[in-house]
Amino acid sequence: MKLPISWLKDFIDLDGITVEDIARKLTLAGLEVDEILYAGLPMPTYGAGEKHEFKTNGIAWDKEKIVVAEIREVKEHPNADKLTLLDLYDGQQEQVVLTGAPNIFHLKGTGKLPKPIKVAYAKEGATIYDGHADGLVLTTLKRAKIRGVDSYSMVCSEKELGITGEHEGIILLDDDAPVGMSLADHIGDAVLDISILPNMARNANVIGIARELAALTGRELRKQVNTETGKQPSTLNLQPVTDLVEIEITNSELNPRFVAGLIRGVEIKPSPYQIQRRLKLAGIRAINNIVDATNYAMIELGEPLHAFDYDVLKERAGEKKIKLITRPAQEGEELVTLDGEKRKLTSMNVLVCDEKSSLSLAGVMGGTESEVTQNTRNVLLEGAAWNFINIRRTAKQHNLPSEASFRFSRGVHPALAETGVKRGLQYMAAWANGSIAPGLVDVYPLKPKDSVVEVTPKDVKRLLGIELTLEQIAELLSRLEFKCEITDHHLQVTAPAHRMDIDEGVVGLADVLEEVARSYGFDKIPTTTISDALPPQAGNPIHEWEEHLRDLLVAIGMQEVVTYRMTSPEREGRVIAHGEYVRIANPIAPERSVLRQSLLAAVLEVAEKNARAESIVMFEVGSIFEPVKNDLPNEPRKLAIVMTGARSASAWDVKAAPAFDFYDMKGRIELLLAGLRYTDIVYAETESTYSLHPGKSAEVKINGQVVGVFGELHPLAKEKYEFGDAPVIVAEFDLEKLRTLNPSYGIIPVSEFPPMYEDIAIILDESVAASAVEALIRQTGGKTVTDVRLFDVYRDEKIGAGKKSLAYSLTYQAAKTLTDADAAAIRNKIVKRLENTIGAKLRS
Amino acid sequence: MLDKLNEIEKAALEDLSSITEQTALDAWRVSNVGRSSPLMQIFAGFGKLSKEEKPIVGAAANRVKVALESALEEKTQAVKYAALAKSLSEEKLDITLPGREVNIGRLHPANQQLRRVLAILAEMGFQVYTSREVETDEMNFQMLNFAPHHPAREMQDSFYVESEGREDNPILMRTHTSPGQIRAMREAVATNPQNPPPIRIALPGMCYRYEQITARSEIQFNQVEGLAVGEGITFADLKGTLTDFARRMFGKDARVRFRASYFPFTEPSAEVDVECFVCGGKGCQVCKNSGWLEILGCGMVHPNVLQNGGYDPKRYTGFAFGMGPERQLMLRNKINDIRYFWGNDLRFLEQF
Repeated sequence: MKLPISWLKDFIDLDGITVEDIARKLTLAGLEVDEILYAGLPMPTYGAGEKHEFKTNGIAWDKEKIVVAEIREVKEHPNADKLTLLDLYDGQQEQVVLTGAPNIFHLKGTGKLPKPIKVAYAKEGATIYDGHADGLVLTTLKRAKIRGVDSYSMVCSEKELGITGEHEGIILLDDDAPVGMSLADHIGDAVLDISILPNMARNANVIGIARELAALTGRELRKQVNTETGKQPSTLNLQPVTDLVEIEITNSELNPRFVAGLIRGVEIKPSPYQIQRRLKLAGIRAINNIVDATNYAMIELGEPLHAFDYDVLKERAGEKKIKLITRPAQEGEELVTLDGEKRKLTSMNVLVCDEKSSLSLAGVMGGTESEVTQNTRNVLLEGAAWNFINIRRTAKQHNLPSEASFRFSRGVHPALAETGVKRGLQYMAAWANGSIAPGLVDVYPLKPKDSVVEVTPKDVKRLLGIELTLEQIAELLSRLEFKCEITDHHLQVTAPAHRMDIDEGVVGLADVLEEVARSYGFDKIPTTTISDALPPQAGNPIHEWEEHLRDLLVAIGMQEVVTYRMTSPEREGRVIAHGEYVRIANPIAPERSVLRQSLLAAVLEVAEKNARAESIVMFEVGSIFEPVKNDLPNEPRKLAIVMTGARSASAWDVKAAPAFDFYDMKGRIELLLAGLRYTDIVYAETESTYSLHPGKSAEVKINGQVVGVFGELHPLAKEKYEFGDAPVIVAEFDLEKLRTLNPSYGIIPVSEFPPMYEDIAIILDESVAASAVEALIRQTGGKTVTDVRLFDVYRDEKIGAGKKSLAYSLTYQAAKTLTDADAAAIRNKIVKRLENTIGAKLRS
Repeated sequence: MLDKLNEIEKAALEDLSSITEQTALDAWRVSNVGRSSPLMQIFAGFGKLSKEEKPIVGAAANRVKVALESALEEKTQAVKYAALAKSLSEEKLDITLPGREVNIGRLHPANQQLRRVLAILAEMGFQVYTSREVETDEMNFQMLNFAPHHPAREMQDSFYVESEGREDNPILMRTHTSPGQIRAMREAVATNPQNPPPIRIALPGMCYRYEQITARSEIQFNQVEGLAVGEGITFADLKGTLTDFARRMFGKDARVRFRASYFPFTEPSAEVDVECFVCGGKGCQVCKNSGWLEILGCGMVHPNVLQNGGYDPKRYTGFAFGMGPERQLMLRNKINDIRYFWGNDLRFLEQF
């Protein structure tokens, strides 16, 4: 909400408090000031290097150089048709000022004006915005000749003074503006842009903010209307409105109160400039005095009002008394709203109707037929209370956010309907010379109960941790207009008649204590440490295990990624078969329409995006989502790894390393599983998997259970991505399975006796798996063979087709110093075993 | 004879002084202290000398031999060091050439930050509690005091999951980790329904909001919430705990302020601002010239939420707070585009 300080000052004395102080106090109390826009008032000055505490914009008006002046005559310009020369008096001397303003052009050559026009006058040297520039560009007025006439000063538009962006004409001040007065003193202002939180809706008005400031400063809140802007109503011998209008509410839940007042003989014209200016600064368009009065009262008080052309209603009623009816719309019923749109309604929408048909969409927007026009003479003013949920849904359904629906959809207390209508009528009387008909039609079928809460110093201590007496609590709450009655040991607090947010009972207590805390000041509450007992320490083993897993993966040299949970079946279809998905009902885009079922697909996409990188080794640990019909999905945890590119980094003297292959991944998986303390690991050929190369993939079995698969991405799957030539190696593990296996702890002791090393190379059939050879060597060698390392795989015509040579480096180690004879004995045993079991031949 | 010895010594030392490299030195040794050198010839001819001459010439010859040998020794060292100095000066590297790259692993920056936060909270007694990412409306909103159609729901636009016959309790992507508060409280109550134990937990995890993906808004983000429930926990405790946290997180001199705010599940609610750690509060781009950075939302657990968790609000009180690790990283590192996080460009990730 945009709040001009001048308006605030109608209700609270702010002398001696700077604009920034006001903004700071409001911000700390929950009314966050996003920006301060200066429109005339002096801006705070800061030293070099210091910045404004708040985002600050706008312009300060030089008190000497920008003043109220009066135009006495509008004369022709000797050399330019579209320009005029003004005879102007600035309070000190007469000036001749050049202008092209269209809104006084019609007075050109009419001689001395019968009533001088008051304007904002900027003298030579004044700094204002350039009216002709795009955006806001500061300029300083200098002497120049325009079409042969000296120009050194200017009558200003709103844009030039930073009030609005309007530059169509010059500002025409009110007749009572004192000539010669500094304009900053007359209408200088600053606007606070305040974020209104959902629970602060009661403060989305000038009085609301003034009330908060009164509580925060201890100053007095003046709730009565400003006498400068509102005249006392004149009530001639008019027929009471109750004789002319009746109201029927069909659903009091939706419409707890409806108040109507009548003003007669209004003269539609622009509002006083002061009013227009405040409305504009508050972000409201100035229309005419009647519409402005409804808006002005709304911004001031928080009660949205609606003005009907009384004569239109009367004509529609014919001979009968005007009867306004509020009711839910019928499905499909139509109404043309003020914006000219034909709205198709549902039973959720509430209408204000007469006996003939609907008139307006209650609380959201009026209809065209009964709207106030240039010809309106009599106005029926509506102030009502509506169900906030209903208004919220209606405004959303018809995409009609408005100042009125903003307020109604957050809850406006029905008590304000009456105050609002009275105030609106008062302003209409003052600005449109109308006469208010006596009385109000007031139908109030559902009066909200006043919330009453009991508060004790103990409650305050228990929740807020501060010691306050009953009197202190009462004082803090009274500032916010709570009614407080002190009895023996407690305070009986009644919520004021503008608040819908105070409950009763234990919730009401919290509501009231929040107000005590805000009014007391959060900054004054001490900082203490929790004295309550610590809960039993249970930890989070699953989380801790996953963190350990991440540490291992990082230590192995992998980059972690975190990807989107939302994807599309098409995107995942590149690596997994389509299945049933958890579908998003309101996706932001078709490519984010389901929750992922493949973590690997997500990591592959990231790898693809990074495909230009020399080397990619990345992993993600995260959930996938498996649908359960009409219930919450399962969220199993997975690990996915993708590697592609060069095995090690190139440098200025090192050429590119070979590309990652199956065994690079396998080596990393071996390290990972060793780190998780698993030993019973089998790498087995996989059953056909959708996305893996059939000959270059394996499944990982630990303790006999499959926990994951890895291998080279299937060429057909790879083709669907934009990768380079290097193979893409992937792995995927089920973390639930991986986590719940039995690790084996323990170490192999480090021997103090020297080890012996020996190499053997054997020739054997291609079909024999290397793992089988190693297993045989280890089995035969027993404990003495502490390491078996394959260091060469060789195929050649000389050793024969369908044959391969495997060369192993063996480490012998025992609890004594081994001799050559010891080694030879073991070696012969191994060779014999290999010959007998798998037909291996020792290679000479 | 003595004259000859002196001559030999003089000539040899003179020769030696001009030698600068090893081969010349080797040659010098052969010709001056070698077997057929004049000096050695004198030793060889010793037998021919008279009795009187022997001790005199012997002493003199020995003196010359020692002198030449020690001169040789000295020269050998000198030549060696000269050679080393030469080779060292020739082996000079271009130290400005880039170092060789090492491929290492890293955690995603968001998880690095999550760990920092959780580590501090763990030391303050808050244990990690994790819960599901897809939730019911009931758990995500209703139990947390968001009434249906409450304006506060507009602050958290949700992604809904397709389902049938669940109009009253649709399935959605959690908009905050707060449903875990209810789950954790209920689990604790189940352990001792009459006297539920105190709670001190940290709730980390991914949350989802219906937003367009732009530089400033994302559809998913990490959150860490804290929850403390017990008998006698006050707003002053909340202030103390979070002030401590902020000091641990942002430096021991970090100034904080508590600003009134609104969350449906806490009352009173506050935003915690920390003095801008980029400019020290003077005002800069990062803090939008305010000198303060908004880093935490917090408040006293709303009575309805305690009730829904199974804790009697007349007996128990508690506080909750929440923060965004990505936001903290963005502020700290002046990251101006939130899309970097899930964009996972290695050129971004490798900077952390």
